[in-house]
Amino acid sequence: MAKFTKANSVGEWLDQRLNTTTLNKVLMTEYWIPKDINFLWAMGVLLATTFGILVISGIFLMMYYKPDVNLAFDSVNYTIMQEVAYGWLFRHMHGVAASVVFLIIYIHMFTGIYYGSYKQGREMIWISGMLLFVVFSAAGFSGYMLPWGQMSYWAAMVITNLFGGIPFIGPDLVVWIRGDFNVADATLTRFFMLHVFLLPIVIMGLIAFHFYTLRIPHVNNQDSEELDFDAEAEKYLSGNKKESKVIPFWPIFISKDLAVLGIFLLFYFYLVFFHYEFAMDPVNFDPADNMATPAHIYPEWYFLWSYEVLRGFFFDIGPMKAFDIGLAAFGFANAIFLFLPFLDRDTKILPAHKRPAFFVWFWILMADLIVLTIWGKLPPTGANAWVGFVAATLFIVLFILLPVISKIDAKKRGA
Amino acid sequence: MREIKILAVVVVLTLITYWGVEPFAHSQMHPHVDPANYDFAQADKVSAKEQVDEKKEALEKAEAQAKATGNEKLTHIPKSEYNEAVKFEKTINDFWASNKEALSLTGNATNGATLVQANCTACHSIKKEGFPPVMDDASSAAAYGVVPPDLSTAGKLYSKEYLVGFIKEPTLASKVSHKFVDGRVHPMPSYSWMQPQEIADMVAYLQSIAPDKMTDKEVFQNACQRCHGIKYGDMLGGTMAAHTPETNIKAYMGKVPPDLSQYIRSRGAQYLHEFINDPQKHLESTAMPRVGLTKDSEEKVISYLEKVGDSKKAQREELGPKFLIYLVIFAIFAWLWKASKWRDVH
Repeated sequence: MAKFTKANSVGEWLDQRLNTTTLNKVLMTEYWIPKDINFLWAMGVLLATTFGILVISGIFLMMYYKPDVNLAFDSVNYTIMQEVAYGWLFRHMHGVAASVVFLIIYIHMFTGIYYGSYKQGREMIWISGMLLFVVFSAAGFSGYMLPWGQMSYWAAMVITNLFGGIPFIGPDLVVWIRGDFNVADATLTRFFMLHVFLLPIVIMGLIAFHFYTLRIPHVNNQDSEELDFDAEAEKYLSGNKKESKVIPFWPIFISKDLAVLGIFLLFYFYLVFFHYEFAMDPVNFDPADNMATPAHIYPEWYFLWSYEVLRGFFFDIGPMKAFDIGLAAFGFANAIFLFLPFLDRDTKILPAHKRPAFFVWFWILMADLIVLTIWGKLPPTGANAWVGFVAATLFIVLFILLPVISKIDAKKRGA
Repeated sequence: MREIKILAVVVVLTLITYWGVEPFAHSQMHPHVDPANYDFAQADKVSAKEQVDEKKEALEKAEAQAKATGNEKLTHIPKSEYNEAVKFEKTINDFWASNKEALSLTGNATNGATLVQANCTACHSIKKEGFPPVMDDASSAAAYGVVPPDLSTAGKLYSKEYLVGFIKEPTLASKVSHKFVDGRVHPMPSYSWMQPQEIADMVAYLQSIAPDKMTDKEVFQNACQRCHGIKYGDMLGGTMAAHTPETNIKAYMGKVPPDLSQYIRSRGAQYLHEFINDPQKHLESTAMPRVGLTKDSEEKVISYLEKVGDSKKAQREELGPKFLIYLVIFAIFAWLWKASKWRDVH
């Protein structure tokens, strides 16, 4: 055991036992971040904050929510919204944060794609981030079920049905997931468990892992410049703060994060108080009715693009049924981002504006995703169905072309 | 500055997506309808004409198709639907025109009292005047399909035009004539055999006994609660359940009318105004009658729905600005701190 002398302060007492001074350096004051960043690099802190809001507001909601098909709707819409002091505030904070968290995830994700932050050495950052996205999606979906409204019920019906399309085990898998032959009480109870326990725990673990993956390759920067972090840190510590290309996480980097957070929270609480309905589908204020289908079934906005990929293939091709093609495309769309680091064949890390062909690819992808998102909500009839088909096909083609496109840029540069 | 440019790109892309999935998608899924119109004669004229035009267009399309394919059968259904629409347009316009005489006469409330008591109290209660319900709710629902309304407040809830129209021909005034066909009869018979003066007298009587003022809740109870419950109105006491038992109302309406607790959230005030004014506009061929509320009564119903379904609105609106002011202060200090920290490194 180490030798312990009498400590003169609480800080010293803790330092002796937990080595807090070193920990503080590693995690905060000597965790180096490139200076050349813009506000898009603050999205991580925004996500951590939003996740914190979700957890805390969720805990308060959980105190009154009843995971029972006969009680769930009223426990949310009456008990929480009307009886519990400020229950409405916690619900709106939770509901709006659940939607906004996806907006920030998408901004975070496309910042990474634009600046090439997923490449050469940073693959694990990207992969852990994509895993987080998948688990967040599962958490969002399982949480959407809980108020047991009309759209909750039918969304659960449609999404669980999708698993039926998996060859051989499909029908059994659907029953296993639902815990019943239909979406019913057993489904609600298990989705409650997933939403409030298992998935949040997994998310917390993945967030820790995501942070850890940053340590060795370090954060990318606006010009994708390769920095010698040790040499730059040396400069900083010796007092050459202006010449050094890095800054410590605390307090320099975090001060910018907090400034961005200030603006974000203004936007977020404006939504919470004055525009919460954008995150709460009116259809979901009708209690679930298994005898009446809503006129239009659609997921929340953040799933619309992949829903439209699923719906886009609306006609049979040869022996293949439309449903099976759509399902395969849907699986492709949800998995392909995970493989991005390996599809990009450019040997150098560069921001998109320094890679002409990739630049075009990036903006076509953005436009295509927006089209998919919008048409994912429109009724899939007439011309809408064809827009969906073209956009879904384009999405797949874009990813098939990515290795070629990234190689073209490298070749043009003479690499 | 570069960051401003980046922010602009992020904001624009977010707004385009937002516009697409909210207002634009909404406009595609919920077609625009004419605004609420409390002049029912005029409103019915317009909607009947719209029906005729719609059916005419369908018929012309079918005829063109029949000509191209040589299949005359294609026109049979559109043709009969068009003829129906033309017939209905005449029926409804004649109906409102025929009410004009009774409307122009001055009613005699004393005479009306005798007529109402002789003709109406067999089914309707008028509690205010000492006529209690003839049967309990369950029995009268079993007898009529739905509990008949108490008439104490009818003169306040409905306009003279509507009352005259309803007494003469309930199915036409409430726009449910499509439901009472093939021998099915409306539980309230038509009183078109009465003299215009008699109808004017009855309406004058109903108006004379009507209260001057009614609370939002009273209007809801009188106008809606026979069929619709609103359990959050008194969640624990359960007094806001629908008067008509579920089995009866289901047999009468085809389905159990929804509980209205959350309708202010699920439908919104605008839709509710249009819907209550004329249920057929948003839900074609629904069994829900046009209740015939005046603008004032209808606003009271919606105000009650809001009180029940969104009871924390005042608290929310009061707290919101304070929260935002605090956050503005937080943001200012955060930016000042950032500026002070970054001065050293730039």
